[in-house]
Amino acid sequence: MLKKFDKKDEESGGGSNPFQHLEKSAVLQEARVFNETPINPRKCAHILTKILYLINQGLLSARLPHAVPGVRELFTSLAQPTLRRMCYLTIKEMSCIAEDVIIVTSSLTKDMTGKEDSYRGPAVRALCQITDSTMLQAIERYMKQAIVDKVPSVSSSALVSSLHLLKCSFDVVKRWVNEAQEAVSSDNIMVQYHALGLLYHVRKNDRLAVSKMISKFTRHGLKSPFAYCMMIRVASRQLEEEDGSRDSPLFDFIESCLPASAIVNLPGCSAKELAPAVSVLQLFCSSPKAALRYAAVRTLNKVAMKHPSAVTACNLDLENLVTDSNRSIATLAITTLLKTGSEGSIDRLMKQISSFMSEISDEFKVHSPRLPRPRDSESKETGLSHLCEFIEDCEFTVLATRILHLLGQEGPQDQQPLQVHPLHLQPSGAVSALAKFGAQNEEMLPSILVLLKRCVMDDDNEVRDRATFYLSVLEQKQKALNAGYILNGLTVSIPGLERALQQYTLEPSEKPFDLKSVPLATTPMAEQRTESTPITAAKQPEKVAATRQEIFQEQLAAVPEFQGLGPLFKSSPEPVALTESETEYVIRCTKHTFPEHMVFQFDCTNTLNDQTLENVTVQLEPTEAYEVLCYVPARSLPYNQPGTCYTLVALPKEDPTAVGCTFSCMMKFTVKDCDPTTGETDDEGYEDEYVLEDLEVTIADHIQKVMKLNFEAAWDEVGDEFEKEETFTLSTIKTLEEAVGNIVKFLGMHPCERSDKVPDNKNTHTLLLAGVFRGGHDILVRSRLLLLDTVTMQVTARSSEELPVDIVLASVG
Amino acid sequence: MVARAFRTEGMFISLQEPSLYTVKAILILDNDGDRLFAKYYDDTYPSVKEQKAFEKNIFNKTHRTDSEIALLEGLTVVYKSSIDLYFYVIGSSYENELMLMAVLNCLFDSLSQMLRKNVEKRALLENMEGLFLAVDEIVDGGVILESDPQQVVHRVALRGEDVPLTEQTVSQVLQSAKEQIKWSLLR
Repeated sequence: MLKKFDKKDEESGGGSNPFQHLEKSAVLQEARVFNETPINPRKCAHILTKILYLINQGLLSARLPHAVPGVRELFTSLAQPTLRRMCYLTIKEMSCIAEDVIIVTSSLTKDMTGKEDSYRGPAVRALCQITDSTMLQAIERYMKQAIVDKVPSVSSSALVSSLHLLKCSFDVVKRWVNEAQEAVSSDNIMVQYHALGLLYHVRKNDRLAVSKMISKFTRHGLKSPFAYCMMIRVASRQLEEEDGSRDSPLFDFIESCLPASAIVNLPGCSAKELAPAVSVLQLFCSSPKAALRYAAVRTLNKVAMKHPSAVTACNLDLENLVTDSNRSIATLAITTLLKTGSEGSIDRLMKQISSFMSEISDEFKVHSPRLPRPRDSESKETGLSHLCEFIEDCEFTVLATRILHLLGQEGPQDQQPLQVHPLHLQPSGAVSALAKFGAQNEEMLPSILVLLKRCVMDDDNEVRDRATFYLSVLEQKQKALNAGYILNGLTVSIPGLERALQQYTLEPSEKPFDLKSVPLATTPMAEQRTESTPITAAKQPEKVAATRQEIFQEQLAAVPEFQGLGPLFKSSPEPVALTESETEYVIRCTKHTFPEHMVFQFDCTNTLNDQTLENVTVQLEPTEAYEVLCYVPARSLPYNQPGTCYTLVALPKEDPTAVGCTFSCMMKFTVKDCDPTTGETDDEGYEDEYVLEDLEVTIADHIQKVMKLNFEAAWDEVGDEFEKEETFTLSTIKTLEEAVGNIVKFLGMHPCERSDKVPDNKNTHTLLLAGVFRGGHDILVRSRLLLLDTVTMQVTARSSEELPVDIVLASVG
Repeated sequence: MVARAFRTEGMFISLQEPSLYTVKAILILDNDGDRLFAKYYDDTYPSVKEQKAFEKNIFNKTHRTDSEIALLEGLTVVYKSSIDLYFYVIGSSYENELMLMAVLNCLFDSLSQMLRKNVEKRALLENMEGLFLAVDEIVDGGVILESDPQQVVHRVALRGEDVPLTEQTVSQVLQSAKEQIKWSLLR
């Protein structure tokens, strides 16, 4: 049966690997021999082999269409079986010999239905590889015949090819279901397996059909173990999707398949049902075949995750496996035992793990740290200390971070500091991470503090600074501080902070620096800066380009009337147009919110070239209790030169909840005629007025958006002292997205944790909003939305003061 | 062993979509870890470079130990070695290992028969066609086609008609000439 290796054909002359020095060009050159007549079949077969080898090694791309000239010529010599078979293989590999497809198809079809059984299977498979959906219609008849053919190889080939064709020609293949059904009752185990597989794939989106299929085969029984495997998977998948009850017939089917009568992964399995299954697995554990042992241990591992008590019976066998020569088996055994074992054994196990930690692959390293909770704190400690040693040598930062996270979660009562030095890998990030753990986990705090103290002496500037900062915050041991400074970043703008600090240093005062006096940043800040340490030790913040807010702040500070207003809280993000765009005078208004006042800045442009305006002010008539204090006029508005005038308004004191207000606006000015060509103005002018559109002040103007990375922490931090809740019906809104959008816009708060994205097809949603109310009070809103016919909304608001909560709820209503 | 396969099957958390596509790749490496044969059935490692890196990786992890099975890079690898060759069958981590073992054993046993028990590099290279055809019969596009080595050998059986042209009889030559003419007319 061995093919004689013809020395004449050998290219590289006697090397240990006759294919070693094959060159693509040489082989292609050789392929010209395909054009010869008569064809030497053995030589051609040999060349084809070389071609296939090159493709296999990745040296020859199968995609080049004419890479091998003349393959179709080979079909002229149909006698030689090896050659023919090699041709099929080559066709499959190089399935895009486009023009030749038709010729090849016809000869393949002939082979498919021919008398030579040994050709039929491969011909079918080759044919299906190169065919496309149009061709498929043509050969459909043959395919159907092939599926129900008596010869198992033909049938299998046809079924498997149909499976591959499902991807591109689902509808056509669907029509062959009846034939496939027939094939299932075949005696050949592989045919049965393939037929079943095909049927499942065709029907898998139709749950009812799948159930019918399963119940049918439950009754008739299946011969093929592969088919059984398939069916079991199908059935358990069905069960999962149905959230199956125990009584479902599917469950019975699965039970009947197995002498061990239980399925581990189904939801709601009790330990009792698992017992027989586990005993079978126990038997496997002592099998001489490694694969069986591996399978058994892996399954036990999965069982132990949910039902550790069920696996305890196997502990002895598992312990034997710990010393198995196959590392994977041993590690799985250990992780299983860790979940189920008792104190003493865990200690031993930890020692064993550390002894070969370095050898096992990374996945297992990830698995082993995922030790859910050995109950005993002492063993936990030893376990964790081993993990720490492990981290020291660990080069994978991702792994180290996960372990750190785990350490943070487990929170041991360690008295001695953990011997951890992952900081050298990713210094400042690690410091922040450590601080986060310290903030969230009180038990870890002492050890974290110790670690941070060590970091203070680190070489890296940033590490030192961060460590100092976190140390001081953590040492104060106030949850609110932790949440404010560590978990959720600072929200103030940096240049504002810089200015405020400068001012503070210039005017020494008894009062401590008040963070609330610094204007908030409109975008969240990623970095943190030292805040609670004395000013003199503060680092100089970076020079960030001044934002819009800073510009306004400076402009407003230049106006003498606005000196005593305090810091600027918020400016409206976009100016509101109070006139149409094509009118004589174009006025736009920006609203600036101060702690007790509002300043309206009117940017005015005079578009009339024969007039100059002077002494321009915008008079406001409030509807609510707002009080207009003064006007700061724009001195002069010549043609096309924008000027600014301001109006100062005091916020209502008697009724603080009335934050919304409408102002009717009127522009008052002196008009002086002006010569358009010379630009000279008259000396005398006349008073005139110009009516503007009304100006709205809403609650959004009083709230600055703030991003809270960890909404829950902030929610808890604020506390429920001033929490209020109300339910509203939004009768005009039909979709959740619309409701969410409206609320976000109306309140002007920042959606947190991506809660502004409403998932499709859901009719409930929770929207989390965060903001800071004028005066520096945090306000958080959690809004639960329910969509029935219309949207119902339950709003819960929390703040550190009562006023913001009242205001929010009043304005939503 | 195959019979036990379905026993363990039922105990798995089969979160994976049930499918006939069980095999991701079949590899044969020599004792330097170089590729002799490789067939990848899906896109887990799309480029040749990645494939070679993967092969190096699994070779390093497995050629020293004798055990049959390992979990590497999120994939289940079953393997077998013989003299100077290493055979691997790769499946996803959810795959039933015993089914993969069935494939491996089928491949190994078929080759063993075809090479007359001489499963080593030189013999394999001399019979590459047989190898290609055998793999083609065992796994098609990732689906297990046949698990019985006898069947595989039978189908690959490239039979004795290995007759060079010079030794054909005159009638055979005429026959093939007729075929050629027929085809050239059809073209």
